[in-house]
Formats: sequence, C-alpha cells, structure tokens
Amino acid sequence: MTTTRSALAASIDPAAETALDELLLSMADDEFVIGFSDSEWTGIAPILEEDIAMSSLAQDELGHARAIYELLAEVRGDGQTADTIAYDREPAEYRHARLLDHGRGDWAMTIARRYLYDTADGSRLEGLATSSFAPLRELVDKIRREERYHVMHATTWLERLARYPGEPRDRITASLDELAPDAATVFTPLDGEALLVEAGVLAEPMAALEARWRATITPVFVGLDLPMPPAGPLDGGRTTHGEQFGWLWGEFTSVRRSDPGAIW
Amino acid sequence: MSTINTVAPVLDESAVRAALSEVTDPEIPTISIVDLGIVHRADVGPDGAIRVELLPTFVGCPAIELIRSAVSDRLQSFGRPVKVSVSFEIPWTSDRISPEGRERLRRSGFAPPADIGAVRCPYCDSARVAMDSIFGPTLCRSLFYCRECRQPFEAFKPI
Repeated sequence: MTTTRSALAASIDPAAETALDELLLSMADDEFVIGFSDSEWTGIAPILEEDIAMSSLAQDELGHARAIYELLAEVRGDGQTADTIAYDREPAEYRHARLLDHGRGDWAMTIARRYLYDTADGSRLEGLATSSFAPLRELVDKIRREERYHVMHATTWLERLARYPGEPRDRITASLDELAPDAATVFTPLDGEALLVEAGVLAEPMAALEARWRATITPVFVGLDLPMPPAGPLDGGRTTHGEQFGWLWGEFTSVRRSDPGAIW
Repeated sequence: MSTINTVAPVLDESAVRAALSEVTDPEIPTISIVDLGIVHRADVGPDGAIRVELLPTFVGCPAIELIRSAVSDRLQSFGRPVKVSVSFEIPWTSDRISPEGRERLRRSGFAPPADIGAVRCPYCDSARVAMDSIFGPTLCRSLFYCRECRQPFEAFKPI
C-alpha cells in the first residue's frame, strides 16, 4: 500500500514529518487544554474584569488550538479535521504538558499556571519565529502578537499576589510549589526534534528553549523573592496524565460523545 | 459562436473591492471590512472565479465565519464562482485600519488603536482616560473610562 503525502507535507523533509506532527499536536493540545480550563472561570472569576479576561484568554487559546489543529489536519491530509483531532481521542492520546494537569484550583493556582505556561509558550514561539515551515511561521507571527497580552496579564497578577503579604503571597507560593515539578514540561523533548532543528522548522532543541525561558523569568522570580522552579526530569512530561485530566476530558468531550459527528 | 456567450465579461477587480466595501464587520456595523484592513487579496483567477483572502483580526475571532459568508453572499451578484478563504500569510495589525476606518470607529464610540498613553476619549477627546481592563467584550477591544466626561468607552487594542 502506498501512502499519498499531502501537498503541504510534501513541502517538508519526509524524515521530519513525524516530528512535525508531534510538535503541532503538542502545541495545539497545550492551547486547547489551558483554554478549556480557563473557560471554567467564566461567570465565577473574583471580579468582573477577570471574568472578561479569563473568558477572552480562553477564547484566544481555543482559537490558537483550532488554527494549529487545522494546520495539522492539512499536513496529515487523511480527511481528519480540527474537530476530529481535538475531540475523538482517548485521554492517553493527548500530548499537552503535565503542567496543565493540576485542575482549576483557586485563583492563585490559575495565575501561577498561566504565568508559567504563558512565559514558556513565549519561549517556544520564539523558537518558531523563523521556522522554515512557512504556514507555521506565519501563524506563530500572528499568535505572538496576541500572547503578549497574556503575559502582561499573568505578570501583573503574579506581582500583585506575591507582593501582598499574608494570604495572597501564601497562596501564590503554595501554588508555585505544587506546580514546580511540572513547571518545565512544556519543554519535554520531542522524539524527533533533532530532525526538526536540522530542517529549520525549530530553531533550537527544547532544552535550549528551556534555558531561554529560565533566563527570561529569573529576574521576575528574584525580584519577587520566589524560588525558581527546579530543573526536573521531564520523562513522560506530555504522555503521563493524571486523574484531573480524565475529568477535564470527560467535560470537553461530553457534547461530542453524546452525538458523534453532529454539527452545531 | 455560441461559446462566446458563455464566457463572462472581463471583471474589473476594483468592482470587486467596491462590493467588498459594502460588507461590514458584524460586531461594528459602521465600519467596512475594507476599512478594517482585513481584505488581504481580492482578484479574479485564470478560471474566472473571484478569490478573496481575509486576515482575521485575532486568530480566535468568532466573527470571521460570519464575514466569510457575508462576503460570499455579496459577491454572488457577479455571477461567477466565489472562493473566500482565511489567511495568515501576513498578520493583521491595527495599522491596517484606514484613516476613514479610524474616524468611523471614533464616531461610533470606539477609540481607534493607540498605545495606552495615547488613547483619547472618543466622546470628548480628553486625554484624561484610564484603562479599566485590557480585555473587553471582544478580543480586539479594551475597556477604558474617561475622567473628563465620565463616560466608559472601548478602545481597539494596538496589535
């Protein structure tokens, strides 16, 4: 049996195709999972402005996820769509970073997660800004302009909570502690990342992007007297998902599973 | 020869652009998609089909599908196949809004995109304004308050 490569896939080195699939899936799954998690704040955020902010952030991330899933579907060229990739998988098949698997938690947990994710995502996007894979480079250029607002939002709140002694600082510190072992999982090495770097799709290996990320956030953590997340083992950082994700998966696939293939 | 009758007359691309300038943003009906700068390409392909490429203001903009079908509907009157697609080939930026578009925004109560410090009240033109929230009712707008005329208003995000 011969496999026909999609027109888009034909534009990249065949050796890097599997790795490109892995990269796109991990990026889209990250944005999808954090976007869905943030949407849980709609209607119940601490203040009205944050209700709007979290809903907007969620909408942005789900929009990014959709665009990346669509690109992935085009690369695969096998009839899958953004929806089939997003919804028709078992929980174990998702490839988001374990950082996003801790449940919604309280407001401090949400801010800690957003800050760690937004800054890590920023470093990853930087590594794709000059990608040789044009459709991804173009999309990343657009996404980075939006993510700038996300980082501003998360940084403002991180500083506000960390600088206020007592409950705010205690809660943000506890949340960062809980997330610390998984903080760097956005940079879990991809199996074929050397091929991506060789093909110019990705500027540097994930470990180098992680170093850039640490250099970016260190002054903020030092300034706020917060402990930097340790460099932890990243084994299974995108493949081992806990019970919390099982619950979230049940939520975001519930409509889809109730009437597979329905259009609304 | 009968085949000549089936060949559509030459279509001027400026006529297509003129038609597109009648399509408005569903969230801000006073501004056309041309003034908003989201029309990337509008041309007639070698097969005679009209091709339009749109740039979303934000990747997750929910209005883009509505705009896409509005464009398609508007261009049906040319009696040719119409293909409307969404592109990220270049990023939409707030600099793409035309001077006419900026003026229309202001008249509708929206401050046109500017750096936070340069935003002025669309009602009284005062610079004594404060940002209430970076995020607003749609992805492309922020919430402001004018301390001069005490009017809340929305401003387009510079992007």
